[in-house]
Amino acid sequence: MSAIEEGFVLKEHLPALIVVVPMVVAAAVAMTRNNRVAWAASTIVTWALFVFSAMLLAEVTNVGEISYSLGGWPPPYGIEYRVDIVNALILMLVSGIGAVVMPYALRAVDKDIHAGMHPWFYCTYLLCLCGLLGMTVTGDAFNIFVFMEISSLATYVLIALGRRREALLSAYQYLVMGTIGATLYVIGVGLLYIVTGSLNLSDIAGRLGPAMSDHSRSVMAGIAFIFTGLSLKLALFPLHFWLPNAYAFAPSFATIFLAATATKVAIYVFLRLYFSVFGAAISFSQFPVVEVILVLSLAAIFTASFLAIYEDSIVRMLAYSSVAQIGYITLGVAIANKAGLTGSIVHLVNHGLMKALLFAAVGAIIFRVGTDKLSKISGLGFKMPVTTAAFVVGGLSIIGVPSTVGFVSKWYLGVGAVNAGLWPVTLAIMVSSLLAVLYIGRVIEVVYFNPVCERCVKVKEPPLSMLAPIILLAIATVYFGLDTSFTGDIAIKAAEQLLEGLKQ
Amino acid sequence: MQVFEIVASYYNYAITIFLMLSGLYIVIAHGNLVKKLIGLALFQTAVYLLYISSAKIIGGSAPIIDERFAVYSNPLPHVLILTAIVVGVGTLALGLALVIRIHEAYGTIEEDEILKDMDKSEYCGRKVEGHQ
Repeated sequence: MSAIEEGFVLKEHLPALIVVVPMVVAAAVAMTRNNRVAWAASTIVTWALFVFSAMLLAEVTNVGEISYSLGGWPPPYGIEYRVDIVNALILMLVSGIGAVVMPYALRAVDKDIHAGMHPWFYCTYLLCLCGLLGMTVTGDAFNIFVFMEISSLATYVLIALGRRREALLSAYQYLVMGTIGATLYVIGVGLLYIVTGSLNLSDIAGRLGPAMSDHSRSVMAGIAFIFTGLSLKLALFPLHFWLPNAYAFAPSFATIFLAATATKVAIYVFLRLYFSVFGAAISFSQFPVVEVILVLSLAAIFTASFLAIYEDSIVRMLAYSSVAQIGYITLGVAIANKAGLTGSIVHLVNHGLMKALLFAAVGAIIFRVGTDKLSKISGLGFKMPVTTAAFVVGGLSIIGVPSTVGFVSKWYLGVGAVNAGLWPVTLAIMVSSLLAVLYIGRVIEVVYFNPVCERCVKVKEPPLSMLAPIILLAIATVYFGLDTSFTGDIAIKAAEQLLEGLKQ
Repeated sequence: MQVFEIVASYYNYAITIFLMLSGLYIVIAHGNLVKKLIGLALFQTAVYLLYISSAKIIGGSAPIIDERFAVYSNPLPHVLILTAIVVGVGTLALGLALVIRIHEAYGTIEEDEILKDMDKSEYCGRKVEGHQ
């Protein structure tokens, strides 16, 4: 009996536990001196978080929105954690990627990080995870800032731990850019607090209408500050300059995790604020918000794809590709109808999956060959067949070939653009896919159709602990491309829920 | 007279904007990594002022209910800014730690000298995207 009661209590407090557990364990991990203990503790926690997220998603789909009052203070006075279908999906993505890549860390971290530093590395990793989950789960504008800074500070440390000295400068520049972004966000929150008197997101949404009629300038200035700050965080073109260096010089494990989750959570916050909170205010304003997002998204897609084509380093190529893919996600925001927004949300998850796969595969190549230069890995497809095959699966998904997840998202985006009467945008999506064919095709050509280079003759597959996550991610990339009933259906529901914000 | 009134009631916001912009300018204009951090700290501090000046009422007391007080300041922004100060200190500490490590690795903390040092590496500086 008591066990059942405890079970109930645990379930009730899931929204808080998903943040508290990694935070507490991070502190504990920092105190251990044993590398393997630190790894094991982090692995257990990340998988537990994945289970928590799955339970939350099940609860949300079966019962409905969860509102959790932190410390028992009812919203809007206390901090409210609010889980609905939109952020439950993001929680699944973040914790899922965080859990799946943990076996990979076992060997990758051994190689990248000095032996005495492993507990600190896992401590910052868990803090980063905690911050990202907190940003996703919270329904309080200032709480988002606090968690954003927790995850950002941890991210700067993770990047700075890279082996090469350029990692330090990348981390420093990201610190400056990231802090400016977060500060701009908090200025915006301050302005909105001054006019609405609330920090609770749904409360702000309700009070913005009256505030708009009296103080429309302050409201629009606040929204502008918030969106500029978030755009820095999510690396929206042309505020993406920190991203390629940060990804290129971070330890490979950190790159996989950050590429798959960090920008995605920032985009989630952007979506949440844009639709659920500011939706009505924006649609009444005379500013061309939608047009600006549309132009920036298309510029991101084309500029970054072109840069990716001329890149010799595969990691850097994938980083530019990330900037382009973020453009696709914001494109769906600009389209702003059901299909387009579904495309955005599906692509948020799918891009997380395929970028984790691609960076994991390249990380394995660096692990064995010692370089990610395209000119030095020719013929690798015959020496590391599984890894390169997995890379090809991820690459095809970036291009958007049917039966991969990338196709699903581009399909929704294309349909959305057609429904909105934006034919040129649909055309642009197709043309930009051809650019992806070029940069992915270059890699495929080098690894399969060029003679085996000297450096690669003795190379073999990475250890199983690294290979297993890669294979798992590759299977997921194909599975969710064939069976869209899970991601697609949830994304449609999520899009419907977000679009309701515009109608109020 | 009206101008005087506007200046008298909004001068704190003018100071906030001045501090904010000078902080941002220092971050952008200076090549010294420590000076950049000073600018960043100034930029963050300006935000504290924005929050506090909106919440403080002259003559208002802390929100402790007592018959001797009738006017109270809004405590919430003060609390928020306590958190923001902690975040700011953390950021500055981490930034300075990174600068120390950069100095050990490059022997300088001037951005242009570091970038000159890295001309041959694949690092993209902020000036150009670094493509040949």
